[in-house]
Amino acid sequence: MATALKAGARFKSAVCDTQVMVIKAPAGEHTLQCGGADVVAPAVAGSGTLDTTLGGETLIGKRYVNADESVELLCTKGGQGALVLNGTLMEVKQAKQLPSSD
Amino acid sequence: MNIATILDMAAEAFGDRIGVVCGEARLSYAELRNAAWNAAEAIKASGASYVALLDVTSPAAPVALFAAAYAGVPYVPLNYRLTKAEINELVARVAPAYLVTSPDYARLVDAHAGVTLVDRQHFMALPAITGEPPIPGDDPREVAVQLFTSGTTGKPKAAILRHENLSSYIFGTIEFACAEEDDAIVVTVPPYHIAGISAVLSSTYACRRMVQLDGFEAGSWLAACRAEKVSNAFLVPTMLQRIVDHLAERNEAVNMPALRALAYGGGKMPLATIQKAMALFPGVDFTNAYGLTETSSTIAVLTPDDHRAAATSSDPAVRRRLGSVGKPGAVEIEIRDDDGKVLGAEEAGLVFVRGPQVSGEYLSLGSQLDAEGWFPTKDCGYLDAEGYLFLDGRSDDVIVRGGENISPGEIEDVLLGHAAVADVAVVAMPDQQWGEAVAAAIVLKPGSSVQVAELQALVKDHLRSSRVPQKIIFKDALPYNETGKVLRRVIRLDFV
Repeated sequence: MATALKAGARFKSAVCDTQVMVIKAPAGEHTLQCGGADVVAPAVAGSGTLDTTLGGETLIGKRYVNADESVELLCTKGGQGALVLNGTLMEVKQAKQLPSSD
Repeated sequence: MNIATILDMAAEAFGDRIGVVCGEARLSYAELRNAAWNAAEAIKASGASYVALLDVTSPAAPVALFAAAYAGVPYVPLNYRLTKAEINELVARVAPAYLVTSPDYARLVDAHAGVTLVDRQHFMALPAITGEPPIPGDDPREVAVQLFTSGTTGKPKAAILRHENLSSYIFGTIEFACAEEDDAIVVTVPPYHIAGISAVLSSTYACRRMVQLDGFEAGSWLAACRAEKVSNAFLVPTMLQRIVDHLAERNEAVNMPALRALAYGGGKMPLATIQKAMALFPGVDFTNAYGLTETSSTIAVLTPDDHRAAATSSDPAVRRRLGSVGKPGAVEIEIRDDDGKVLGAEEAGLVFVRGPQVSGEYLSLGSQLDAEGWFPTKDCGYLDAEGYLFLDGRSDDVIVRGGENISPGEIEDVLLGHAAVADVAVVAMPDQQWGEAVAAAIVLKPGSSVQVAELQALVKDHLRSSRVPQKIIFKDALPYNETGKVLRRVIRLDFV
């Protein structure tokens, strides 16, 4: 099911423990899946079977992006399913880490 | 986007790890989150529009910061070093408020309609929530923190930092849970300073233990670093100077094997101080962090490698970078002249910054960003050919003498070179002929003396006659705020 991804919005996987927060995304409708099923709102109870054919787990604290990095999600809770946006597996974004300044 | 997510993630992933140490008190990240949940419920029940803090650093500061985020109201830490009248003026500006304080400061607050005073001990022992934990709001435009600027030049302005500003700074520059189990950072900046806020947020996201000191004194700082095996520290330049002096005066060994990184910022670092500190702590990574309240903390960093390269290079262009604040972090920086023209390398002008962490917004004045999103920092400076930023004072401090712009910094550097001079501030004084003229307030080293004419000749020889202070006065000490910024507006009064 297509949904708008607004910065700050949170979603959870319907089939594993994964939770994500939208860091940025262009306007318009997107299809976001995790573990083979459409993600749901945090308060909605999920159901379905975990599908890992498209890849493995999500990791807490990692940022996931699409190919042109126009969509960026922060994984706020890890799980066993992989994040898939509009049919394509999302990749972990390499952090531009600065030396600890505070 | 909500900064409460930062604590949620730390508590989920490393709930048992100690997050905050203050004296005898130790709170794990799970305990910190529980305290913030309980406080959020009390805040919501109070109907307050702000959560304020009027107190020294303690675990109540991070609890109040995150509780405000869970409750969906801005957090406003107040400067407890202000006068009673100044404090009450700020309290009136945030009513209705839930004001966390301690007995020492509660007695400074007059009765204000809508302001509930909550004792710190009570705040940390609120009843546990009975229902579901609060779910933080998801509107990134909500205000997370409101900070009153230090007002070194005038009345404090209320700078606004939204959840999106602080979140993008943290998520964009720190790797989640990057701290080792035993890492600890000692936090000495007061809670009402942007560096105090960002220390809480970045340490929590890194899952790094915070060791809080409720004031700064070199001896107790060293003792706390050794006892808690501190690995990281942030200091303002005055603090680093005092630590260097403390060790030198006592001929005391550093003896801090756990210490890996020292970051500094919040004011101009004297070259001699950083050179001495690097010699004293040879294995430690030094980072210079430049940032403003309005930019959610750090926007440029001079990295540990930059420090080492500058200290050992034979190239003067590399050597001078020890006096630079480094390269832009997760922002863009450009230099413009007074007419808004973008300047090239080595051309001095006004520093502008752009990026998602930049709020550039004040409560009643609104956004100060231009149409393209650039914020005028009001700092003066230039970039070198490789993009290193050098700062040279505030544009507010520039002396305009007969149409010529004069920066106090270069004159101060020359005067500090005199053997008898311990401290100096150069300011503008009103002048009938020139509009403004150059004036200097000087603190002499103990037992030293020098003639005004000799100091004037020194400036004339090194710079030029327009830079020579027309009037020089000698003082016992210069007025500073607690983060080491010299209060020029106070010094200017001596020359009116």
